[in-house]
Amino acid sequence: MEVATLLPLAVTLIMSPLLLGVINRTKAMVGGRKGPPLLQPYYDLIKLLGKGAVYSRTTTWVFRAGPIVSLAGCVLAATLVPLGGCESLIKFHGDLILLAYLLGLGRLCTVLAALDTGSPFEGMGASREAMFSALAESAFLLGLAALARNTGATSLTQMHAALADGAWSVSGLTLALVTVALLVVFLAENSRIPVDDPNTHLELTMIHEVMVLDHGGPDFAFILYGASIKLWVLGALIINLVLAPSAGESVADLGVALAGMLILAVLVGLIESTMARLRMPRVPQLLVGATALSGLALVLEFGGIGK
Amino acid sequence: MEWLLVAVAVLVASGLMAVVMTSFPRLSTFWGAVGGGAGCAIGLFAVVRVLWSGKVESLRWGWDVPYGSFSLELDPLSGFFAIPILVLSGLAAIYGSRYVAVFWDRKSVGELWFFFNLLVAGMLIVVLARNGMLFLVAWEVMSLAAFFLITFEHEKQEVRDAGKTFLIATHLGTAFLLTMFVLLGAESGSLDFADFANSPSTVSADLLFLLALVGFGTKAGLMPLHVWLPEAYPVAPSYVSAVMSGAMSKLGIYGLLRVLMFLSDVQPWWGWLLIGAGAISGILGILSALGQSDLKRLLAYSSIENIGIISMGMGLGVLGTSSQNPVLMVLGFAGALFHVINHAIFKGLLFLGAGVVFQATETCDLDRLGGLLKRMPWTGSAILIGSVAIAGLPPLNGFASEFVLYRACFNREGLLAALSTSIPCVAVIGSLALIGGLAAFAFVRVFGIAFLGEPRTPHAAGARSPNDRMSLPILLLAAGCIAIGLLSPLVFEKILPVVAQITHYELAMIESPAARASVPLSVVARVGCALFLLAGGLALVRRWLLSGREVAVSGTWGCGYSRSTPRIQYTASSFAQPAIGFFAPFFRTYTKLRAPRGLFPQSASLATENTDLSTDLIYHPLFGAVGRLLGKLRWLQQGRVHMYVLYVGCTILALMIWYVSMELPPADASMSGTVVERSP
Amino acid sequence: MSTDLNLVLVMLANLAMLGSSRLSACIRLSAAQGILLSLLPLQLELAEHKLAPRLALFALTILVLKGVVFPALLMRTLRTADVRHEVVPMVGYVSSLIFGVIVLCFSFWVSSRLILPHPAPSPLVLPLALSTILIGLFLIISRKTALMQVVGYLVLENGIFIFGVALANKTPLLVEMGVLLDVFVAVFVMGIAIFHINREFDHIDVNQLTSLKD
Repeated sequence: MEVATLLPLAVTLIMSPLLLGVINRTKAMVGGRKGPPLLQPYYDLIKLLGKGAVYSRTTTWVFRAGPIVSLAGCVLAATLVPLGGCESLIKFHGDLILLAYLLGLGRLCTVLAALDTGSPFEGMGASREAMFSALAESAFLLGLAALARNTGATSLTQMHAALADGAWSVSGLTLALVTVALLVVFLAENSRIPVDDPNTHLELTMIHEVMVLDHGGPDFAFILYGASIKLWVLGALIINLVLAPSAGESVADLGVALAGMLILAVLVGLIESTMARLRMPRVPQLLVGATALSGLALVLEFGGIGK
Repeated sequence: MEWLLVAVAVLVASGLMAVVMTSFPRLSTFWGAVGGGAGCAIGLFAVVRVLWSGKVESLRWGWDVPYGSFSLELDPLSGFFAIPILVLSGLAAIYGSRYVAVFWDRKSVGELWFFFNLLVAGMLIVVLARNGMLFLVAWEVMSLAAFFLITFEHEKQEVRDAGKTFLIATHLGTAFLLTMFVLLGAESGSLDFADFANSPSTVSADLLFLLALVGFGTKAGLMPLHVWLPEAYPVAPSYVSAVMSGAMSKLGIYGLLRVLMFLSDVQPWWGWLLIGAGAISGILGILSALGQSDLKRLLAYSSIENIGIISMGMGLGVLGTSSQNPVLMVLGFAGALFHVINHAIFKGLLFLGAGVVFQATETCDLDRLGGLLKRMPWTGSAILIGSVAIAGLPPLNGFASEFVLYRACFNREGLLAALSTSIPCVAVIGSLALIGGLAAFAFVRVFGIAFLGEPRTPHAAGARSPNDRMSLPILLLAAGCIAIGLLSPLVFEKILPVVAQITHYELAMIESPAARASVPLSVVARVGCALFLLAGGLALVRRWLLSGREVAVSGTWGCGYSRSTPRIQYTASSFAQPAIGFFAPFFRTYTKLRAPRGLFPQSASLATENTDLSTDLIYHPLFGAVGRLLGKLRWLQQGRVHMYVLYVGCTILALMIWYVSMELPPADASMSGTVVERSP
Repeated sequence: MSTDLNLVLVMLANLAMLGSSRLSACIRLSAAQGILLSLLPLQLELAEHKLAPRLALFALTILVLKGVVFPALLMRTLRTADVRHEVVPMVGYVSSLIFGVIVLCFSFWVSSRLILPHPAPSPLVLPLALSTILIGLFLIISRKTALMQVVGYLVLENGIFIFGVALANKTPLLVEMGVLLDVFVAVFVMGIAIFHINREFDHIDVNQLTSLKD
């Protein structure tokens, strides 16, 4: 095993909370505030890891297992994603399916843990999360199918490599459509605006935040860390697509990709500062729209026009 | 082979013993369950022994029924389907030995055991039969046994209705099968399967395929032929539902595969049809499941969904066969077969679990349950494993088979190939993704509402852990989910001989296409192990972090509502509401609302019910029209015996005249003539 | 900007119109579509490395009419007529979106079996023209507000325009001008009509017009 294959995983594990810091900082700056330090998410994690725990009387072992399994799923998902010219740690044909389903497992555990508390609010969030992710999954997999059809590859690392040789100038249309679809999935799966507002203060309107109301201490740290890894993993897919590596220069490529991730975080911050959260019934429409974009990309590929 | 006959004999004999002992319910149960278990064990031993040796065993006795012969054979395909039948029925017999205790003082359990063991024996003969006549007889024995099991509690109106629906559906299906066998045998003048495969058929293969699809699809529960499933499964005793859903409905798949082997001229549109029917069954099945609040009805709809997934796999396989695309063919069939086993395991588990819930709380209504995991930790955890597995999530077995199907599509020979292949592949990918997400939604709902949170009713609060004999089969099946998930490459390898047989290829020739899935599967399995280790490691980390710190226990944070009751919890209907609202065109939702009135409203209620769209749109109008049409023939009903005898006489005369006046080649004429006469 | 990109953007505008609930957004989208389409004849000519002044003038006319005049008229009606600003769909937005994708697939299928006198400049032209026409029709059928039906009419005309420009860019300038005039009059008349309907009845819901029948 080469050291280079460990790089994307290591970078993910170390740098993922930074993205949240960048997003929050951007939002603060657009809003004319100074904002929390860039490393605030790390401080939060350390603080939470140092705390005790409070468990509800209603809960069972499912509540305690939820954060653990969901974090484990996210970490393993991170081993499947290449970054900036570095191959992923684990790569095989069809790894994109495992990626989607590992994230799905993580989500299932969070949802179950939420239902375990018996709180009506958490049930509400759980129901919404389950619904929206069910729709996001088809947008995601169809988008990846279009990408597979375009690059002729069935593993993420191969796709990444195939994009290197100027794929954008050849089939920019398909790639642009898939990028937008993946961006919507990225925002929806990570509970960002316009799907969910991570800073909302009314439980009735929350999705992800309301599900984790009862978690505290190390459990909450696991959840936050898992969520930031998920943010990174899905973001890395987009960056891999947009900033295709130039063949050979693996260190430079990694640098470019990391810069790209930070720019993506700034972009998310800008989106959150300029857009309002959609009404709940409109969210499925957005996700179906993303599926339609993936479908359009596929149709273009089938028509042989994306090239 | 002789051992298999012994198994059948043990099953039938013990069933008879149970009937004889029926006035002593304990003894009757003892005979029925021990006989059932022993019969399954003997059968399993025989099947495994033959499959292990890699030989094909057969047996043929004469049988003085026209065109019938008592011809049995155990080849990989039969063995493959026999194993889930025997395993699941054996476990169900153990479970049933305790489950039936509730009937001891009010019903005669003898008939229950008789028909249960007969059902198992019938299923076993169906997969072994190599003669059309024998197959149909066994098929009917199986269906009728199932009918009597479904209508066991026939004093209830809904049970009688369900039985009626089942009986009509199964006989319509059989009628299609009868026609198919007659047409298949018309050329060679024999109903032996060996002759079907060899003789070139004069009848169009398309017609035969359609007949088989309708006939077997009715048993399997493909939409829109599924109407009997959601009626019959909920009313049968749980362990019977487990066997019917896990094993009996799979025989529809078996039959379809067996007939595909006879048909040489495989057309691409068969594959398209299978994929289309599968996608519709899968998506609408899981959507309907989401709309149900009765646990067993929900599981019945989820069976339809899984049959849909299997059908999509077969469709890919057929498409691969017709376009000489070995990768698509092998992975499609292998994925479908893999899902057959997996579905038998987790659906068996969930139905048995539903029985436990029903006996502990006297209801299967999700909105009256809650907090069951605390009250039955072991069974509950096993059901959680089953729910995760059926949602198709790693590292359990449901993911392994769905992965094989995905891999059949995500492939140089699938998605990346010519349009005629890649468009169906995209359809499968899109449907599987949607089904996967919705299945996770549906089963999170089941487990989250019924087993987590606080009990919503006193019944749920008073639930107790089930007897060991009921929880042991459930735990074993849960262990099976994990084991197959982690050992998926090994299981996949065992499926290959069956695929080789279906596709008429040498085993060695399909190994390289199969490696497309088995190599990634081994990585997936290792990632699954890593998931367990990582989760275990994180649990240790948390224990270490929390050691020496305060771990408090308190109430759930109610966002400021301090006097919350269990009734404030999210209900099953409200949990499903986003999906029901979004997919509203696929539902007929009936809402009963008693709105709060006045300044100090006393009480209010809201109840919603989602009915089956195809029942409302197709079957009610259809049968209504048929009923009106037949109503015009009511004058024939005189109520006098003479008239009925007259009708019989006239029919016989008419048939004789028709038969004599036909000028057909001898073999054909005698063939169709006889069978038609026998069919009434 | 390539022809393909242009056409895909036109399609995206179609999808966005199917999914959007605001009347003003739909009008803006149809304006954007018009501007994109005005570039289409230029792109096709430039691909052959020639640019006739007559064509440039034609493109400019289209740009002004479809991109500025029609939308401005519609927006003015929207403002002055004080009407509802929602499109009031009879088919839900999600179903409309799904319908759009199905129409697209259908158009690809149809155009794969259609034989043209000249080869199309891009394989996208025919399917996108077809689906734009069908989506325009669908918008007319499935939206209740009268203004939205004008927008649907514009979309339909845009589809015909793609057909005309891309498939027979040599001859039918005259035909195209005729069609444009037709639309121009139509938009004008409908705008005025809507204005007056509104003044008489206080709403422009076409469903209510059924009471006018004999």
